[in-house]
Amino acid sequence: MTNSFGEFAHAKMFLVIGSNMTEAHPVAATFLKNAVMDGAKLILVDPRKQPLADFATIHAPIRVGSDIAFINGLMNVLITEDLYDRDFVEKSCEGFDELKSKVMEYTPEKASEISGIPADRIREIARTLASVKPVMCCYTLGITEHTCGRNNVLSVANLQMLLGNMGLESGGVNPLRGQNNVQGACDMGALPNVFPGYQQVANADARAKFEKAWGVEKLPEKPGLMIPQMMEGLVDGKVKALWIFGENLANTEPDIRKVEHELASAEFLVCNDIFPTETTRFAHVVFPAAAWSEDDGTFTSSERRVSRVRKVSTPPGQSRPNWWIFKEIAKRMGHEWASGSGPELWDNEVSVLAPAMAGIKYRRIEQDGLQWPCPNEEHPGTPVLHKGGVFTSGKGRLTPVDWTPPAEVPDAEYPFVLSTGRRLYHYHTRTQTGRSGLNYLLPEETADMSPEDALALGIKHNEVVRVRSRRGEVKVKANVTEQVPKGMVWMAFHFREGNANWLTNAVFDPFTQTAEYKACAVAVEKI
Amino acid sequence: MDGYVLTLNGKQVAFQPGQTILEVAADNGITIPTLCHLKGCTPTGACRICLVEVTGARSLMASCSTPAEKGMTVDTESERVHRTRKLTTEFLLASGRHNCITCERSGACTLQDLAYKYGIDKLRFENTPQPFENEDMNPFIIRDYSRCILCGRCVQACQEVQVNRAITFGYRGPHAKIVAGPDVRYDQSECVFCGQCMQACPVGALVEKKAKFTGRAKELEKVRTTCPYCGVGCQLMLHVKEGKITKVTGVEEGSPNKGRLCVKGRFGYDFIYSGDRLKTPLIREKNGEFREASWDEALDLVANKLKEIIRKDGPDAIAGVSCARSINEDSYQMQKLFRAAIGTNNIDHCART
Ligand code: SF4
Ligand code: SF4
Repeated sequence: MTNSFGEFAHAKMFLVIGSNMTEAHPVAATFLKNAVMDGAKLILVDPRKQPLADFATIHAPIRVGSDIAFINGLMNVLITEDLYDRDFVEKSCEGFDELKSKVMEYTPEKASEISGIPADRIREIARTLASVKPVMCCYTLGITEHTCGRNNVLSVANLQMLLGNMGLESGGVNPLRGQNNVQGACDMGALPNVFPGYQQVANADARAKFEKAWGVEKLPEKPGLMIPQMMEGLVDGKVKALWIFGENLANTEPDIRKVEHELASAEFLVCNDIFPTETTRFAHVVFPAAAWSEDDGTFTSSERRVSRVRKVSTPPGQSRPNWWIFKEIAKRMGHEWASGSGPELWDNEVSVLAPAMAGIKYRRIEQDGLQWPCPNEEHPGTPVLHKGGVFTSGKGRLTPVDWTPPAEVPDAEYPFVLSTGRRLYHYHTRTQTGRSGLNYLLPEETADMSPEDALALGIKHNEVVRVRSRRGEVKVKANVTEQVPKGMVWMAFHFREGNANWLTNAVFDPFTQTAEYKACAVAVEKI
Repeated sequence: MDGYVLTLNGKQVAFQPGQTILEVAADNGITIPTLCHLKGCTPTGACRICLVEVTGARSLMASCSTPAEKGMTVDTESERVHRTRKLTTEFLLASGRHNCITCERSGACTLQDLAYKYGIDKLRFENTPQPFENEDMNPFIIRDYSRCILCGRCVQACQEVQVNRAITFGYRGPHAKIVAGPDVRYDQSECVFCGQCMQACPVGALVEKKAKFTGRAKELEKVRTTCPYCGVGCQLMLHVKEGKITKVTGVEEGSPNKGRLCVKGRFGYDFIYSGDRLKTPLIREKNGEFREASWDEALDLVANKLKEIIRKDGPDAIAGVSCARSINEDSYQMQKLFRAAIGTNNIDHCART
């Protein structure tokens, strides 16, 4: 996030796109609802009439995967009607002319044809967005989980720059991160192209710095593989050994049958986990790990805030902290590492090596955490990025993007769009929530569908139906609900039985390798 | 703030226009007891415990809803104030089953504190038991009407803080009751089990079901930590007894959540005690079955196998997926292992889902 949750309270207008906040980020949603109750406007862009629709000033139920066309349409209106922030664009952005010539192709009428939102409604939304400054934009996986995910992100950024909503309190572009420490895992360099603190592995100076710090002669310079490439490597033999730490890939990746074939092909698979999972079944060695409240460390939230995680109980049996397991393997490969605890790893290594986190030390985050960038130990942290319109690379880049449809669209055989997401009462594959009593509130997966479609197919609420895609099929209860528009089926992946990932399409954004969880084609059948 | 001065317990104090007497007192280190007042919400003035004496006013004033005014003279501890607060407390004590022996809130109950503060050791009024049945059909929240004092904090927590709009005041007068929807069970209503009502309840009328009989307030150590679920990063207060979490509350002033939690953060903690936990390293045998192994055996096996693959196929034949749930330090250590010890950049995590 460029901005912080604390700024929700003072926001004048929100643009929420592809974010089912009340279920996926419930506490963030409470602050948004408070602001709306106090008079802030909410423009909600989401195919479903999800819970925030009750609070929305305008709800635009765009078709799944039409985001770019819709946003280009908004920008078309902003430019044609001269409603954009000319000052901000001239001072702080580059690439306006290219953007302009692209969005001119997307008249409201054309955007309407693709997105299903009437052209006048698109005009009204553009004018509303331009009527207030700043507008705070929040998005989640509804934007990223498409084959055009990266372009969707660029579109949202284009819009916010054009409106001059960057670098301002209660403005900005705010992707709410799904998992508790997905921001942190990125920050720590658990990515194939960067060291901790986003220092490029391809950069010789960065390598020299880490070679010295880690006491090694030569660090690899070629960026590594991303998860989908690793998985395919298991089958074609390029990857012999895979080490999976804590992820349940067998349920979370698209197309379970394909994923399980890939896992089964591994010559050597190592897992660290706290529970046996569908994934550990394929392992050759499983290490039992300490869990959340059994080790001292830090998480970094969506708002770049590094907060403490504290140990209150001992890990059961012989289970040990994950950092200890990695350290022991390094030792057996000839590397003696000094740090012997989470606090030592952070204070003596991470904060020393990542300049953006140099000022964050354990003693400073005993109470509230600090938000990076925090370059020195006197620095109070940074709630708002790009203040004064200054971007990391100097100017903000407006990048023209074209709309592309999802890789698989409905046809006569598979007439429904399947879109997926999370539900309030569970978390991912339920390894945690399934063991905390939450099954009581949500005991099984359902296929959510519209009353119109249910009627046409003769399906009753709670009746078990078959949902089929080109990859597989599941039997689940139909949940007939007004939330879902005609032509859509909506499911989650919390349960092994009826998991949406038996159906989802393993196609990926070419740049980010994010899978298209939000759109594939399915058929629904009465049994 | 020229001229914005009033007299508080005999002392001249400055205030900001728009502040309530309660807020001015708090700024000046004076605690006025409250029951119904919930920070950040519309004052209701319902409980009459925060009454203070304002010179010139005929009746006592509810400090939570009375704005401070220039030149006001306020006494928060006068004889009349004490007498009235004591009487209010006595009425509350008579309205239901306030025996503290096994109440979960004993030691952390505002009503108990008031009774003690005002030295109430005999009940003057006849006890009128509440006619409503308890509701505990769900695994998380017990609604014990016999202890409810109708302060309405839970309603504010639900309506104004979380904006879930699940509970309201139902019925009027002597039949008043806090109801979910048309007076149904929590799990049959709009309730989303955020538990904010429970955190706001000043007495033992809304309590954690999983925490029942697991530890009293005075035995619980409070440890602050960060929620293990979504990327909001809510600050949790773990209430721990002998190394075991008994319940979780939101850290009231902590950022970003300011005391709020959702169902997962509040109730999703006890997976760590599940009997299914992995407790020893496991090695898969030729026949496909797992067997338990010692750390040394399992670590040696992995290290040797990795070394063998590096020798045969090079370091890029090894890949790793880190965990977006675990602590930063674990992810740091794993990428360090892959880059510095194995010699590959094949390290990723589910950054994109
Ligand atoms: S648990 Fe949350 S939603 Fe349910 S009644 Fe209490 S405050 Fe309202
Ligand atoms: S309490 Fe709920 S909203 Fe807060 S971090 Fe945890 S899961 Fe997210």
